[in-house]
Amino acid sequence: MLGYYLDLAWRSLKRNRVLTALMVLAIALGIGASMTMITVLHVMTADPIPGRSGQLFYPQVDPRPMDSDNTTPDPPDQLTWIDAMNLLHASEGVHKVAMSGGRVTVIPPQGASHAFFVPLRSTTADFFPMFDVPFVDGSGWTARDDEQRSRVAVIARDLADKLYGTPHAVGRMLQLGKYAFRVVGVIDQWNPSPHFYDLGMGNYTNQPEQVYLPLHAGLDLKLSTYNSITCWGGGYFPDDNDMRKATACGWMTLWVELDTPAQVAAYREFLVNYSEQQKALGRFARSPNTRLRDVMAWLDYNHVLPGSVQLQTLLALGFLLVCLVNTVAMLLVKFLRRGGELSVRRAMGASKRAVFAQLLVEASLVGAAGGVAGLLLAALGLWIVRQQPVEYAALAHMDGAMLGATIALAVCATLLAALFPAWRACRIVPARLLKTQ
Amino acid sequence: MQIRPILSTLRHHKLTATLLTLQVAFTCAIVCNVAFMVAKRVQRISVPTGIAENELSVIHSVGIGKGENMQARQTTDLAALRAIPGVRSAAAVSYSLPLNQNESSSGICPSKQALDRAIQLNSIDGSGCVQPALYDGTPGLIVTLGLHLVAGRDFLPGEYVSKGKPAVAIVTRALAEKLYPGRPALGQNMYDGDNFIRIVGIVDTLLRPALRKPGVDADSMIWPQRPDDTGVTYVLRSAPQDRQRVLTAAEAALLQANPNRIVDPQQMQTYTQIRRGYFQRDTTMIGLLIASALGLLFVTALGIAGLANFWVQQRTRSIGIRRAIGATRGDILHYFQAENFLIVTAGVAIGALLAIGLNLLLMTQYELPRLPLWYLPVGALALWALGQLSVLSPARRAAAVQPVVATRSV
Repeated sequence: MLGYYLDLAWRSLKRNRVLTALMVLAIALGIGASMTMITVLHVMTADPIPGRSGQLFYPQVDPRPMDSDNTTPDPPDQLTWIDAMNLLHASEGVHKVAMSGGRVTVIPPQGASHAFFVPLRSTTADFFPMFDVPFVDGSGWTARDDEQRSRVAVIARDLADKLYGTPHAVGRMLQLGKYAFRVVGVIDQWNPSPHFYDLGMGNYTNQPEQVYLPLHAGLDLKLSTYNSITCWGGGYFPDDNDMRKATACGWMTLWVELDTPAQVAAYREFLVNYSEQQKALGRFARSPNTRLRDVMAWLDYNHVLPGSVQLQTLLALGFLLVCLVNTVAMLLVKFLRRGGELSVRRAMGASKRAVFAQLLVEASLVGAAGGVAGLLLAALGLWIVRQQPVEYAALAHMDGAMLGATIALAVCATLLAALFPAWRACRIVPARLLKTQ
Repeated sequence: MQIRPILSTLRHHKLTATLLTLQVAFTCAIVCNVAFMVAKRVQRISVPTGIAENELSVIHSVGIGKGENMQARQTTDLAALRAIPGVRSAAAVSYSLPLNQNESSSGICPSKQALDRAIQLNSIDGSGCVQPALYDGTPGLIVTLGLHLVAGRDFLPGEYVSKGKPAVAIVTRALAEKLYPGRPALGQNMYDGDNFIRIVGIVDTLLRPALRKPGVDADSMIWPQRPDDTGVTYVLRSAPQDRQRVLTAAEAALLQANPNRIVDPQQMQTYTQIRRGYFQRDTTMIGLLIASALGLLFVTALGIAGLANFWVQQRTRSIGIRRAIGATRGDILHYFQAENFLIVTAGVAIGALLAIGLNLLLMTQYELPRLPLWYLPVGALALWALGQLSVLSPARRAAAVQPVVATRSV
């Protein structure tokens, strides 16, 4: 039966090629525009660390004095050095990692005249297992290296290739400014998007860190570059660039792994107790004002998704709506015009349901054609997005799921648009139409 | 032209006519809002910075040798840069330039009393104090940037400091009027919490490094303070066509003066590139908005033409009859044009309401301003024109139907 319907549909569509082409074009434009934007939205709202994002938490405490910045009730985005160290060394939490980002000068074997800057992350040993960082060679450093301020480094594969011509660089020496570090690990291409663990580098960075150093060893370089610093009453940037001395500035980031809801609740309580204890000690002035967000909540709080992307998606969906109204109108005139043919079929014994099915088959044929054309348009649209010099541009790729979703959306949308015209066309009374012919 | 027969025909095609009306309405609502967003963004990206934009190039250098005397380094560098053929003037700044996003700002009050008020209010709003962007630089900055002094003078050589705060400042006209409304600002002493800073000059416009909102974007202040960090940004002024060559020569000159530094190729730009970079998202968005508005109008034109085509085919026989009993070609043409006019009119009437509704929604979600009402009649005009254009070809085909068709059976 389906074969017969397809045959009928094909004949009918061929009979009025211009109208058919117009319908396919309208659907293709609507689908192309909306799928381009939905794909961008899809990749930008994706979980940067699937499977673990619900267990990684970002604690915030409020060390600000009473008289500074009362415009926002939220605690500062980053931690002071003292709080970061206190929370890092507290017994609560399964794994913890403290970090700070910046820039460092790399002096290649060719000499200082070829020096260049790369993004740096100073962090603690748990960084690599906690964020599932993939290694091509060697591994991360140990907690002992953290304590002993060892001059060891983990570098990115790109940097290893650039400096040594091979990703197997474990044991090589890396010259950073005046100091030499021993490479203990090389990580594979790794750039979670959004760059969730430190948004100070930009929400979607295409220049991820190239060098990772143990926290103290990294800070001992006393670089003047930090990704993001917020100071409050009395805070200042120390003359020797050592931020560890700046007591009234937030610049450290801490992530805590908490595996069960009970652990999360306990940690929340711990943060409040910690704030109260600090207040009793006179370090904190305010009553406990703490936050503990998981990865997705943290991204949401920071409005990581650009408003313009939401607006574009809304616009593209409006576009699809107009295209669908257009399709409904065209299918309506097309089906109603075939009253004669449909009456003959009805008179010869086809049920209403059969005629209805036949019309829907015809519509889905149009929808599928529109979907395929729309897919090409979406591919073109995504290519245009990738040409834009915005930092999330490189992410705009269509995956298998979106490919299927495009075709499904096109067919479903067209079927939806065809329901009403087909229902109307089935309601005609065959006898009357046959008589007037 | 009689409207009654058209209306009675449309009543027979109630559904199709309604759908077409709806399509026109949606298109009108979306296109009006999109046009408004485009206008807003065009306005945003054409904001004047107040500097000689197409004559400036910028090069950034970071010293990697330790223990250097930064002031001596800058003096040598600037001499080398000024010696490049085509460079008319050069100056060094720490990092801030209009629209380069590296902003440092500082709270400043018109008087000590205003600061006390701000402390009492626990907010600078309503106290008279403001938070202008802070620019620093070596002597010659005003000339190099091409700033227009409307009152007072440039800094004197003795007023420059390297560390600590200076005693004088130059402010923009917008900042002067905000600090001292209705009073001459020149010679006034501003208070920053520790020191008094006297206004010695007022420049016409100098935009902030990062835009916030229209009321405060022009609040800037220049301090006679030399950059004092290993990283320094040099600003060069030359003829517009010389800029690329000047930049290449500047890189070579800096490396020759002292190879112990990094000149980051990504921070070696003409000012035009800096400005373009700042507004990149906006220009992308403008392109996208225009493309989607045109796409919508195109689809709507397709819809109108497609349906009109169908109606003409369907009514061939009745057109023949009308022609046979005396209607002229013009009558038939006008009939279809009037029919289209009626449908589009109904569409834009609903569309105007939808446009306002959509604007209200966007206002709450994306902080868009209110849609000026004159967009609605302009949108209506555009859709009427679009409707008439797309119906023209089917209507002419209808007018070409011969009266003899009436005598044939279909």
